[in-house]
This record gives sequence, structure tokens and C-alpha cells, in this order.
Amino acid sequence: MSQESLVEIRDLNFTYDSRPVLTGINMTIPRGKVVAVMGISGCGKTTTLRLIGGQLKPTSGEVRVGGQVVHELDADGLYDLRRRMGMLFQFGALFTDMSVFDNIAFQMREHTDLPETMIRDLVLMKLHAVGLRGAHDLMPTELSGGMARRVALARAIALDPMLIMYDEPFAGLDPISLSIVGELIRKLTDALGASSIVVTHDVQESLKIVDYVYFVSEGKIVAEGTAEEMKHSTVPYVHQFIWGEADGPVAFQYPARPYGEELMERAARRG
Amino acid sequence: MDNGLTRVLRQLGAQFSSRIWRLGYASRFFLAIMLHSGTSLRRIHLTIREVYFTGVLSLIIILVSGLFVGMVLGLQGYDTLARYGSTEALGVLVALSLVRELGPVVSALLFASRAGSAITAEIGMMKATEQLSAMEMMAVDPIARVVAPRFWGGVISMPLLAALFSAMGVFGGYLVGVQLIGVDEGSFWSQMQASVDFREDVLNGVIKSFVFGIIVSWVAVFEGYDAEPTAEGVSGATTRTVVTSSLAILAADFILTAFMFTGT
Amino acid sequence: MSRTTLDLWVGFFVAVGLGALLFLALKVGNLASSSSGETYTISAEFDNIGGLKVRGAVKSAGVVVGRVTNIQLDSQSFNAVVTLNIDARYKFPRDTFVTINTSGLLGEQYIGFKAGGDPETWKPGALIKKTQSAVVLEELISKFMFNKAAEDDGKK
Repeated sequence: MSQESLVEIRDLNFTYDSRPVLTGINMTIPRGKVVAVMGISGCGKTTTLRLIGGQLKPTSGEVRVGGQVVHELDADGLYDLRRRMGMLFQFGALFTDMSVFDNIAFQMREHTDLPETMIRDLVLMKLHAVGLRGAHDLMPTELSGGMARRVALARAIALDPMLIMYDEPFAGLDPISLSIVGELIRKLTDALGASSIVVTHDVQESLKIVDYVYFVSEGKIVAEGTAEEMKHSTVPYVHQFIWGEADGPVAFQYPARPYGEELMERAARRG
Repeated sequence: MDNGLTRVLRQLGAQFSSRIWRLGYASRFFLAIMLHSGTSLRRIHLTIREVYFTGVLSLIIILVSGLFVGMVLGLQGYDTLARYGSTEALGVLVALSLVRELGPVVSALLFASRAGSAITAEIGMMKATEQLSAMEMMAVDPIARVVAPRFWGGVISMPLLAALFSAMGVFGGYLVGVQLIGVDEGSFWSQMQASVDFREDVLNGVIKSFVFGIIVSWVAVFEGYDAEPTAEGVSGATTRTVVTSSLAILAADFILTAFMFTGT
Repeated sequence: MSRTTLDLWVGFFVAVGLGALLFLALKVGNLASSSSGETYTISAEFDNIGGLKVRGAVKSAGVVVGRVTNIQLDSQSFNAVVTLNIDARYKFPRDTFVTINTSGLLGEQYIGFKAGGDPETWKPGALIKKTQSAVVLEELISKFMFNKAAEDDGKK
């Protein structure tokens, strides 16, 4: 494949229950790069990942992965595509009824005919890459948050995917785990020669490791550029986001009637 | 006055149509389970695991309940038959009540509340923690891997549990009637054997429990798969499983009984 | 729970379940005694079959020798025609008396064979007309009352 970009999104629109979730999205994910999609909660970031993975169909526009239009694939095509993708779900989504080892071996056992001895070697290799080889016998409920996230990461790269998607990989982690996960995302992407899409609202960690950033607000892309460019951006929304300002384009107060009016009304009722 | 009435009617209509819609959705889901049942057969161990969790783990409650129901039948039956001087028919009364009705129905109701709710909770929690989504993204169909084996596990377990319930019940009736009260042991068993027909009574009871198994398993996996991915959602789904399957069992029992046991 | 332990328990469960089913079929039901052997069919005509039902027993000297398989009304003679399946091991003389009896006071009705002495036996498909119909309670009472009334008349 001589194409430069692995994922191409053109004029994507997605509506759910007649509510527009994404409007006019254009994104390019080049090969071998880590791209962040940032924005406040509920702006449509996770929906983008689901559209790329084929779990949702766009209302209009197209999503191309490796040159193929995702929503036009048949069951076999989608199966093939997903075998070459890895996804890290928010909080891990490990299968709680099987051990760490079995979680990572899952895809190998389902999609390949590799003998158990080989699977064992591969699983231990993946776990070693995330630093948890010794935990392979534990059950997911026995893991701490950071450990579970790393196991899920090892599971996401079990079949050496060409595209890895991360849904809020930094959510709820302690500072040590935060930097470990960030480092791993960068290292693994480079080691595998894959592309990574990181959906997050953690500014500090992601700007350290990503090559390119897309900022999404209310379903539209409001800014894009390299990490450095974003830090010096003059777009108000981006500025408020990156510097963590309490008030700005994203208002502090939830929409409500004027304060004075509400107070007066309550006083009138009491009086 | 008029406004209130139309509002109530509209609400009832909306509830009714939403239930019909849900039934249609559940039927398509049933079809999907059937189409994806190949994995349950090819990787039989998945199904065996579910037979363990639904069947083996329900053994205690089924055996104990069967015993007690049989013993109560023995007591009540003796009391009623004694009035007509027909106490040697106690065996017949206990056996027919269990094999035709109580065995399949009561064990199905117990199964719905123990195993059915467990299945719903498990699938619902997997949905809530995105495990089903993760599986989908790994190109493994969750219906084939998670839902279908649980469905077939329930269908296989149900008739076996019903038979065990009935057998324990007959034993309980024997304990109370013959050992405790003193009904003649010979006539207890011989009259029973003469009046309980394999094809008409035992086999029909097995067919009933098979139908109930399908109903409970279907409702349980559907409610779990369709649950809202929150704590309240899963709890509501487990409640619905127990209520819906119980009502469906009783309704199906009526229909099946009308077909099987009436008319010449 | 290791795979082998699980399989063991499931195997145990299925075995016990099938065992219960077998128990119900043999000890509780009548699978063992229901004849799967050869049978032959004969028919019998009755004025009144009373409460006789299909699947009712056919007994001779108290031993079950067959089952009632069909009950129909002959639209010419307006008599009941009952079809019986008899165990092929038993052949009955042609002058055997066929009656409808009641087991116990309020019990089920069944067909009784009282064997005669004819050396020739029934051929399969034979129609027996020498029958005694069921006792109908109302007729019995009215007969009793009629007799009583005639007695009183006679005494006067």
C-alpha cells in the first residue's frame, strides 16, 4: 500500500435520534503517527472511533481505512478490517470471567490456528512490553486501575494491528500510571509501525506524545495542528481547553434563567 | 375530564405499541441466536460451561423445593382423599400433579428467578462495562460467543431440572404418605404405575419443560443484551426477566395444558 | 474452576437428570408394562358405552390384555362401535362375553372379557355384537322405581 494516510475521513456527518452529533468532519491519520482527538466530554470524540471501527454507520460522508470505505464493507470485509485494528476501551473492558493471560490470548485463539505453545510465548511477550509479565495468572478483578489499563493495552496489540484506537486511555489514572501509559502508547506505535488515534481530554500527557491534534467542539473540528501549534493557538476554545480556564467559549454556568430573576421569584413566593 | 381520558388512552396505546415493538425486536433477536448457534455446537465447551452455571448450580434449590412440594402434596392429598375413602390413590394424585403440572411449572419459575436473573445480570454487566463492544471490535460476534451458549445451556438444563423436581416430589410424597402416614406402599406405587402414562403424562411434562426452557432462556438473554448500560438498567432488566418469564410460563402452561390434557 | 472439574459436574448433572427421567418413565409411569409387541384389532358394538374412554383398559380376569383405541357411533344402527387393540399373545373364544365394567364404585370404566368355551377364536377385525352395555345410573333408578311401583300395585 503506497498510500500515505491510513485513515481518511471526508465530510462526515452523523446524526443520532435527529440530534446532530458530528458535522462536516475532515480528518487524516497518516501512517506511523500518533494523532489526538481532543474536546470536552460529549462532543463526539468516541463516536468518531466507533465510526472508524464500523460499529456505527455515517449519516453522510465517508470513512476510509486502508483505502476501503468502512460502511460499505460486507461482514467478511469488516471481520478482516477489525482483525487489523486494536482498541483500548475506556477503563479497559477486560473480560472479567477469564484471566489476564486468557484475555490477551483471546484474539489469538479466535482468529489464528497457532499452537498453544506459540500463543503462550506471544502473550508473555505482549505482557512484557507493558511490564506485566508476572501478572499473567491474575484475574481482572485483582488488578489495580493502572494495571488493568496496561493489560487492556497489551490486549489491543495482541495481533500487531496497523491501527490502534484509544478511548480515554488516561481517565482516572494516578500520575505514575499516566506517564507509563503515555510512554507505552508512543513506544508501541513506533515499534509496530502502526497509527494511533487517541481520544482524550488529558492535555498534559497527550501533548507530550502526539504528533498531531484535532480539536472537536459540538461536533465540529474547530482547530488542528501539531502539539506545539496548539499550545500557541489563538482559537478561544483551544486556549481555554489547553490552559484549563474556568470560563470562556465553554461557559461556566449551565444555561439558566437570569440569576436575579430566579432569586426575585423565590422571594416573591415566600413573601 | 375529556383531556385526562385521552391522555390516559394515549399513554396506554403508547405502552401497548412499545411492547409490541419490543416483542418484534426480541423475535429478531431470537432468530439471530438461532443463526449464530453454530459456535455453541462447534465449541461445545462454551455450552457445557453454561449448563454448569444454570443447571448444576440450580440443583440444590430444585431438589429441595421438589422434595417439599411432594411432601405437601402427600399431606394435602391424603387429607382430601380420606374424605372419599380413596387414600390408595395418593400415589396417583402426587405423581400426576407433579409430572403434568407442578414439576415443569414450579421448576421453571424457580429456574427463571435463579438462573434467568443471573444470566441477565451477567450479560447486562458485560454490556455496561463495554466487554460486548470490545468483543465486537475484536471481530468476535458477541451473540455467537456470549449469548447463544447461555441460551442453549438454559434450554438443556430446564427439562433435566423439571424431571429431577418431579422425581424428588414423588419421593417426598412417598415419604409422607407411606412412611409417615401409613398408606399402603404396594397400592401407592401400583396405582401410580397404572394411571400415569408415559406418553400422555411424562412425555407431555417433558415437552412443557422444554418449551419453558426456551421461554426463560430467551427472555433472560434478551433482557441482558438490551439492558441500559447502567446499574439501574441492569437491575431493571433482571427484574423484568423474572416477571416476564414467570408470566409467559404460566400463560404457556395454560395453552399447552389445553392442547395436551383435554379432549379425548 | 478447572475444565475437568466443570465437565465432571455437568456430566453428573446430565446423568442424574436423565436418571430422574428414567425413574419417572419406568417406576412412576407405565413405560415398562405398555405393550410394544404385536397386537390385533377387533370391534365391539354397544347400546351404551357409558363413561368408557379411549385408552381405557381391556381386562380379562382382571389382567390388562389390551386398550380401547377408538369409539364411534354407527349412523345406521345408532349403536356405539368400540375398536380394541388386543395383545397378540391372547386369543379369545368366539363366544366370549364383552361387558363394560366400572372399577370400584366411582372408578373408571373398562372393557371386561369373560371367556366362553368355543374352540374357535376371534379373527382379527371381527365385530362382536354379543355385548352388555354399561350400566347407566338413571336407567337403574327409573327401573327400580318402576319395579317398586309395580310391586305396590301388585300388593294392593
